[in-house]
Amino acid sequence: MSDAVIKTAHRTTSPDSAEDRSNKRSDWRLSRLVSPVFLICLLASWEGFVRGMGIPAIVLPPPSGVAAALLGEISSISFARNFSVTLAEIIAGFGVGSVLGIVLGILIGQSSFLERTLYPYVVAFQTVPKVAIAPIVVIWFGYGLSSKIIITAMIAFFPVIANTIVGLRSAPQDQVEMLQAYTASPWQIFRMVRFPQALPFIFVGFDVAAVLAVIGAIVGEFVGAKAGLGFLILQKNLTFDMAGVFAILIVLSLIGVGLHGLVELVRRRVLFWSSRAEDKPLNVP
Amino acid sequence: MTSAAATLAPCTGPAVKRPAMPWVSISRLEKRYRTHGQAEIHALQDINLSIERGSLVTIVGPSGCGKSTLLRILAGILPRSSGEVLMDDRSVVGPSRDLGLVFQSPVLLPWRTILANVSVPAEIQRLDRNKAERRARALLAMVGLSGFEDRYPSELSGGMAQRVGICRALVHEPSLLLMDEPFGALDAMTRETMNLELLRIWREQQITVLLVTHSIPEAVFLADRVVVMTPRPGRVAEVLHIDLPRPRTLAMFNTPEFGRHVSAIRRHFQATGKLDE
Repeated sequence: MSDAVIKTAHRTTSPDSAEDRSNKRSDWRLSRLVSPVFLICLLASWEGFVRGMGIPAIVLPPPSGVAAALLGEISSISFARNFSVTLAEIIAGFGVGSVLGIVLGILIGQSSFLERTLYPYVVAFQTVPKVAIAPIVVIWFGYGLSSKIIITAMIAFFPVIANTIVGLRSAPQDQVEMLQAYTASPWQIFRMVRFPQALPFIFVGFDVAAVLAVIGAIVGEFVGAKAGLGFLILQKNLTFDMAGVFAILIVLSLIGVGLHGLVELVRRRVLFWSSRAEDKPLNVP
Repeated sequence: MTSAAATLAPCTGPAVKRPAMPWVSISRLEKRYRTHGQAEIHALQDINLSIERGSLVTIVGPSGCGKSTLLRILAGILPRSSGEVLMDDRSVVGPSRDLGLVFQSPVLLPWRTILANVSVPAEIQRLDRNKAERRARALLAMVGLSGFEDRYPSELSGGMAQRVGICRALVHEPSLLLMDEPFGALDAMTRETMNLELLRIWREQQITVLLVTHSIPEAVFLADRVVVMTPRPGRVAEVLHIDLPRPRTLAMFNTPEFGRHVSAIRRHFQATGKLDE
């Protein structure tokens, strides 16, 4: 917060000099240039290393091989089906976990009784590795979508609930007092100040949860599945199709990047009044 | 001394039209509280004070004399330790719908437009929406902020934001306006403008105003009566009747009468060795 105050104060009292701004712009241009160059160098040395050392493709495929596999994969019919299964698991799991996280976070954040009685168990549950629970969930809920959604939701849940609770506590005392002086009820204070103030935190929770949701879905599929990108990875591993595995990893990371971008897009829409620097988020992995 | 002052109706201003009965009456008010595991702090001691309907009373005193505490007790957001606080013959036990509050910082909600910020008390008290919006627009126009209704607080200067805070305190048509160093964070020029603006609002809205400040000239310039408080434990040292004619103008700052009042108050702080300016 103080950071933000200093930054905005700086912006309003002494607008950046022209020199300053052009420095920043060239800095930005440089980073836009260096970033792809870095990637190209990495891929080129990878390609050169694999070819020069004569490493077999079943150990480490060259980037060109991965690219070819990716193209082949995307155009196949089975890919579309597996892709949509995993995407559905990720989105449904993220949705269920987020909604549960917000609802429970609000309940716990509003009641110190629940915070004392319920929250310790939530935290204790978080310390249990979800990967270890996954086999049980698959036995209970089967090889289909539901078990993957539950595993994904369990992983996505915690960053959202933790950030919701911290966010609800972050409401400035003077805003709460102002509303109280105008005879606001606790519900009105929640609706008009506490919840809006918690939103920047909740969105940080969403962001972390979105990335974790990808992990959750793949873990679930590894344990037992009949379809999905994780299932596809296992299959390709069995047939030593390394280039295919790498191709799917690229698809998975693109899904993660896409979800992150989506959360960021919604965040900017909803939190137009909050600058990024103002957030004091709790980054729970 | 305070009870004697209580019987005096302000001789100018809108209050003339009304009976000079105490509107707010504070007697033997005490406030003590404990800091974390430390000794008890005696914040307010034996406060006796009456405020007539329609008058403008200022409280002046050094920092830590409990003036903000007193205001918060009146606003019903801080409990008192003992004593009696009556508003319109009823004991204050909690926040009142008939009250407007202005803090030193405007405390606007950044996600609400200016109009929506001004409407907050009306929304809380579930007043008629259309009527409240009309009143909010009229108040914003009164303080020269027409055209800013759909802007956000981050787009306003400090003086503009504080004006919005004052509009918000008036939107539900309260009879009492409590102001806690409302212009303390503003620069001197804006502060003078806001002082004049407050006097105009007070005249037009015909409300009772209790304003806390630590600027002695500001206290004198605005008030019918100035309540001088001593440092901890906060007590009422004196209540001065300010008989400068109304409407007040900035030129009055230079009159000998004005200077006499200011030095009379200043003497209090010099005597106690606590000059807060």
